[in-house]
Amino acid sequence: MSTFEFLLQGLMSAAQPMNLLYALIGVTLGTAVGVLPGIGPALTVALLLPVTYRLDPTGSLIMFAGIYYGGMYGGSTTSILLNTPGESASIVTALEGNKMARNGRGGPALATAAIGSFVAGLIATLLLAFIAPYIVRLALVFGPREYFALMVLAFVTVSSAFGDSTLRGLTSLFIGLSFSIVGIDQLTGQNRLSFGIPDLLDGIEVTTMAVAMFAIGETLFIAAQGDKGPDKVEAVKGSVWMNAQDWARSWKAWLRGTAIGFPIGAMPAGGAEIGTFLSYATEKRLTKHPEEFGNGAIEGVAGPEAANNASAAGTLVPLLTLGLPTTATAAIMLAGFQQYGLQPGPLLFATNPQLVWGLIASLLIANLMLLVLNLPLVGLWVKLLTIPKPWLYAGILLFATLGTIGANPSVFELGMLLTFGLLGYVMRVFGYPIAPVVVGLILGPLAEQQLRRALAISQGDVTVLFTSPIAAVLLVLAALALVVPLILRARGRGEVLSQMAASED
Amino acid sequence: MKHFFLASLLTGALALPAAAADYTIMAPAAPGGGWDQTARSLQTALQQEKISNNVQVINVPGAGGTIGIAQFASQQKGNPNALMVGGYVMVGAILTNNSPVTLKDVTPIARLTGEYEAIVVPASSDIKTIGDLVAKLKENPGAVSWGGGSAGGTDHILVGLLAKAAGVDPTKINYIAFSGGGEALAAILGAQVTAGVSSYGEFESQVKAGTLRLLAISSDAKVEGIDAPTLKESGFDVVLQNWRMVAAAPGLTDEQKATVLADVEKLATSKTWQETLKTKGWADTYLAGPAFEEQLAKDVSATEAVLKDIGLVK
Repeated sequence: MSTFEFLLQGLMSAAQPMNLLYALIGVTLGTAVGVLPGIGPALTVALLLPVTYRLDPTGSLIMFAGIYYGGMYGGSTTSILLNTPGESASIVTALEGNKMARNGRGGPALATAAIGSFVAGLIATLLLAFIAPYIVRLALVFGPREYFALMVLAFVTVSSAFGDSTLRGLTSLFIGLSFSIVGIDQLTGQNRLSFGIPDLLDGIEVTTMAVAMFAIGETLFIAAQGDKGPDKVEAVKGSVWMNAQDWARSWKAWLRGTAIGFPIGAMPAGGAEIGTFLSYATEKRLTKHPEEFGNGAIEGVAGPEAANNASAAGTLVPLLTLGLPTTATAAIMLAGFQQYGLQPGPLLFATNPQLVWGLIASLLIANLMLLVLNLPLVGLWVKLLTIPKPWLYAGILLFATLGTIGANPSVFELGMLLTFGLLGYVMRVFGYPIAPVVVGLILGPLAEQQLRRALAISQGDVTVLFTSPIAAVLLVLAALALVVPLILRARGRGEVLSQMAASED
Repeated sequence: MKHFFLASLLTGALALPAAAADYTIMAPAAPGGGWDQTARSLQTALQQEKISNNVQVINVPGAGGTIGIAQFASQQKGNPNALMVGGYVMVGAILTNNSPVTLKDVTPIARLTGEYEAIVVPASSDIKTIGDLVAKLKENPGAVSWGGGSAGGTDHILVGLLAKAAGVDPTKINYIAFSGGGEALAAILGAQVTAGVSSYGEFESQVKAGTLRLLAISSDAKVEGIDAPTLKESGFDVVLQNWRMVAAAPGLTDEQKATVLADVEKLATSKTWQETLKTKGWADTYLAGPAFEEQLAKDVSATEAVLKDIGLVK
């Protein structure tokens, strides 16, 4: 049978009423658990995986796909409404999405996230079905030096994209990079900056830092302002739905986000968050409404959300073709496959076509079900914002704390949450952007390890970093991204740039 | 509080009778990894075999399990209902992290399953046998790059043991640590490194598809269905098993310990557990009681010696 016939067959069986019901239950459960702040899709899937054990393989696979997508979307919902990203990939969503929510545009923000996720999920799943075997060959060309060059590109674009001054952006980035050094060094197993505290051996947990910086810092900031806070929260201004302009501004961002997210997700060391950072930087550069960035630009939600979902489908490429789980969520999916006696790897497409195509069809169905379930609920979710401010922020504080303790029950983790919350508050007061800190914490270790691996393999020869064509091209792009703004500034166009880099928080 | 909420949600969804928790199993790792899977499989099997009515799994991730074991030893002291999953990786992690709490501070019950380590090269490599690889290593230890999991982990220890057995200075090995076997696999397939080391399961489907060449396996005797010599057969006296175990809390009375041991014994021989082992592809290396404690002590001292040789432990 051809690819297309397998997919069609899978869709037929997934579309049976009973299986649709399983998909709906999965999506509902996934959203319900994923919507708790601080709980990302990985934890959601891990917690709910046992629920699927009781069903027949098809039903179980479909419910599993539903839980997965539901968990992802639930995470975005809290990022947008409460500014508490549950995992690193929805940090960027919180940036613009929460601003939109506070300007009364929470409805469109949630809608563009849901529809963007759907569009990206649809395209990326189809891409997965048809070009996975080719993509994976390309991905294997990426060795340590190519990844290092990719990280350099990400650093440069990110530090110029976040914050209103490059210096402040870089300062924040380096704060993040210093925190990223804490813990056991991956390559030698030695402790660094852990001061004999066992909880610091694994480094600083990204979600703890993100929730602290965004949610706790924000709460402190609001509380410190007392009643004279300038930004009155309006739950709904205008329509709850996306208007014509929202659609016009979203659709290109969805497609660009998909184009960025899928290939990066498909790379064995790519991960979802890099795609969202690059998508945000791209949207900010291309937008016709630069003044809105930092105040709730819809592209800033649409692009990264699409990139997030596309890279989630992208991570299935190495998972299904090589058996490589590249994210925490993928690792749990691997555990999910094993309950059907499925061993992901190069032979999977040949030996188990029915199950693979069944899974892909399930993902498509779950994706659709998510839209069906969540679009009508948008109106309900935004009602959360009409809760009086003291209650809302008290609630955020409570859920942020519970989420952190739930993921890692330790007093020390709680202490870190509060300490970083204070840091987030202080940085807000002095006008330093928050996002680069978290970006530095995530990308710092990756960049460092890849650089050191590349140098260890070459036994210390630095020229290897430039002799691979892919690495060279990426480094040239990074150099251009650094130099071109400087030239523009020198030629008197600095104003445009500083406008483009309007503050994001 | 939230655990309670989630637990009740799950229980509700599964329509299980609510009973007092008989066992709480700690997986000292994040959800999704080997220890977490072991803990969750134990949970299912204990409940299905009616050895225990209600089993909870909690995750305490971090630092190769040393965070979990520290918390387990201090908080569960004398609690006969607390279990913890652990493994060989913990032995190395306790040594390299200089952890104040060691396996002596808990009550090891039984080894449940284990995996052997495999050494592979990409199919395109000119290295055909483990002898070729060791010859290259002897010629210039730095020129052979080994891709594997975290520094000081099982994979790293195997390379150290092999170097020592071949008469090469273990401090000279060029070991490239990747975060997890998955990322290492990509580097090996892409021929970014000379050779790869990981548990056989990680490589199995690639070996069968012909994209990786299996040079040797770290078992003590030939394993059925694996077409490669053992390291021992090839003339290097190295045997290494990456095992997983279950331990109970410290400070139990002999009676309490015997009860746990009996429950674990019942589990290990049960149909559900045997089926789980089969679907997960885990080898049954069950070993309990004094025999296990003896083997454990041996593993700890051998590991300490090799980590000192590599230079990771002073």
